[in-house]
Amino acid sequence: MSDRSNVNFAVLEDRARFIRTETVRLSRIAGAGHYSSTFSCAEILSALYYSQMRIEPTQPDWPDRDRFVMSKGHAAIGLYPVLADLGYFDPSELDSYTRLGSNYGDHPDMKKVRGLDFSSGSLGHGLSVGVGMALAGRVQGRDYRSYVMLGDGEISEGQIWEAVISAGHYQLGHLVILLDRNGLSIDGHTEDIMGIEPVHERFASFGWDVQRVDGHDLPSVIGALTALPQGTTGKPQAIIFDTVKGRGVKRMEMSLDWHVGNLVGEDYDDVMAELEAGLQPYEPEPAQ
Amino acid sequence: MTTDMQNEAEIFRGTTDGETTFKNRKSVSGTPAQGMPAFVLGEELARMAQDDPRIVVATADLASANRTNDFKAVHPDRFFDFGIAEKNMITAAAGMAACGMVPYVATFASFAAILGAEQIRTDCAYPRMPVRVVGTHSGMSMGFYGSSHHALEDLGMLRVMADLTVICAADANQLRAILRASVDHPGAMYIRLGRGRDPVVYDDVPDLKIGRAIRLREGTDLTMITTGSQVRACLDAAETLAADGLSVRVVDMHTISPLDADEIRAAAAETGAILTVEEHNITGGLGSAVAEVLIDLPRLPFRRHGVPDRYVEVGPPAALYSHYRLDAPGVTSVAREFLASAR
Repeated sequence: MSDRSNVNFAVLEDRARFIRTETVRLSRIAGAGHYSSTFSCAEILSALYYSQMRIEPTQPDWPDRDRFVMSKGHAAIGLYPVLADLGYFDPSELDSYTRLGSNYGDHPDMKKVRGLDFSSGSLGHGLSVGVGMALAGRVQGRDYRSYVMLGDGEISEGQIWEAVISAGHYQLGHLVILLDRNGLSIDGHTEDIMGIEPVHERFASFGWDVQRVDGHDLPSVIGALTALPQGTTGKPQAIIFDTVKGRGVKRMEMSLDWHVGNLVGEDYDDVMAELEAGLQPYEPEPAQ
Repeated sequence: MTTDMQNEAEIFRGTTDGETTFKNRKSVSGTPAQGMPAFVLGEELARMAQDDPRIVVATADLASANRTNDFKAVHPDRFFDFGIAEKNMITAAAGMAACGMVPYVATFASFAAILGAEQIRTDCAYPRMPVRVVGTHSGMSMGFYGSSHHALEDLGMLRVMADLTVICAADANQLRAILRASVDHPGAMYIRLGRGRDPVVYDDVPDLKIGRAIRLREGTDLTMITTGSQVRACLDAAETLAADGLSVRVVDMHTISPLDADEIRAAAAETGAILTVEEHNITGGLGSAVAEVLIDLPRLPFRRHGVPDRYVEVGPPAALYSHYRLDAPGVTSVAREFLASAR
């Protein structure tokens, strides 16, 4: 189980870069990948899995574990390496990514991938899953948290707001939205395609506690996560992470060309060099 | 329209005070109440949940109409009303199932199956979550409420989904059997119910195995393969036809998916013809499913009987069943025509 009190920011920063390098590596296996929307949430994933979540990789079905739902399922390519890194499965399995019969496709399948708490792909469903997980925890008297990573584009789906209403109604204080507010969806800027601002006020008006922080600044990310209240009742929690789509690779930052793309040849080598400089392998801190 | 039809049409919903409309009535339109079994959905689930802490129940602002308030009264901590938000309800049930619960979520069939189709497929069937989506008031049992409230496409839409069991209850006792069989059944289920006033088919809770049809009547001249609300009409039609000297087998094909192909093959081999009868669009439902089995067999006379491939008229349910020849006299006449043309 993670020790929440002693955060090693250097390790978390390294793991965020690892998420990016693996995304680039696996995308080459597939011939295409969701680079930029995975890069935008790399620090959030790193902070969650390597520092904040109550998980036990040797017991993926532990009933009291915190749950994580990757509602923006196309960022699964960044989640698989984390799960492998933490020991849910052998990292070499990822070499089959997207090949015929692989357990690891572009969108996550809980029946195939050890450590996944739910499947996703069709946008707008994940928060409802989190609502159900939180309600189940209440029925069972468990105090785990349910974290749901939402893309800022997908909150245009009506089902999201059905779930937002129900979480407020049922006072699901242990349900947490992690909104990756990177500002871009496939067709362009979210505010041009379908505006969602003022998103902070919108969540708050439905009875949610809302924080808004820089999603690439790890102390801010950790600060927001550690500020979440304890207890299973009360206002549900939303953290809006302002992020940069494609963050970490200069040519991809806030570019509409890299929602799905394919790095090849020298471009691949250049980007990997940019990301890998100084990257260290992960070594879990010894148990306390 | 007769007065009886109007009276019957008006009475389908429960009251909001936790009392059951039908249970407390001695008769409806002159018919004894025991001949019009109200839903036993909430009552049976409440009983099952006494011994099974995994069972939770949800609805979408229809607790009195579908009798899930009978569950709420006994297990309020395991009952969730999601309001008019069916998609959220179905997906949240999948989330609960992922945490070890066995959720039963109930609403009108049109909203459960048609509005919630993607949630049933993507969040329940595909990850093989043990969610039981209960569609009540199916077919055209909502009568004059109109096409938005009719569910005449649900079987066709849902039976094509892999890893989803689709099953229809003919009456209250069969519903009890289905619910009991469902608890530990693997994967997701869609359970299709009528409006809770279905005529009695089973005097007691029947032995029921999901995926295995029930042969209710033997016969050699014709097999009626039917399901749900039409089982009683077919049995009554078979009785009438027997007086004509026709031997009619009646098969309750309660499970639409996975279909009991063996029972269909037996009917094809042992009886002269097959007629399917269903309260569903003639396209895509039970008749189409049976046809998919028959296409691989030697040809025999076969006909599908159901609702034509168009949106139906409004009207009191009894009038609609008569109009579309889905009451016993209607089924009888369809069978006679079919057999005459097949000779």
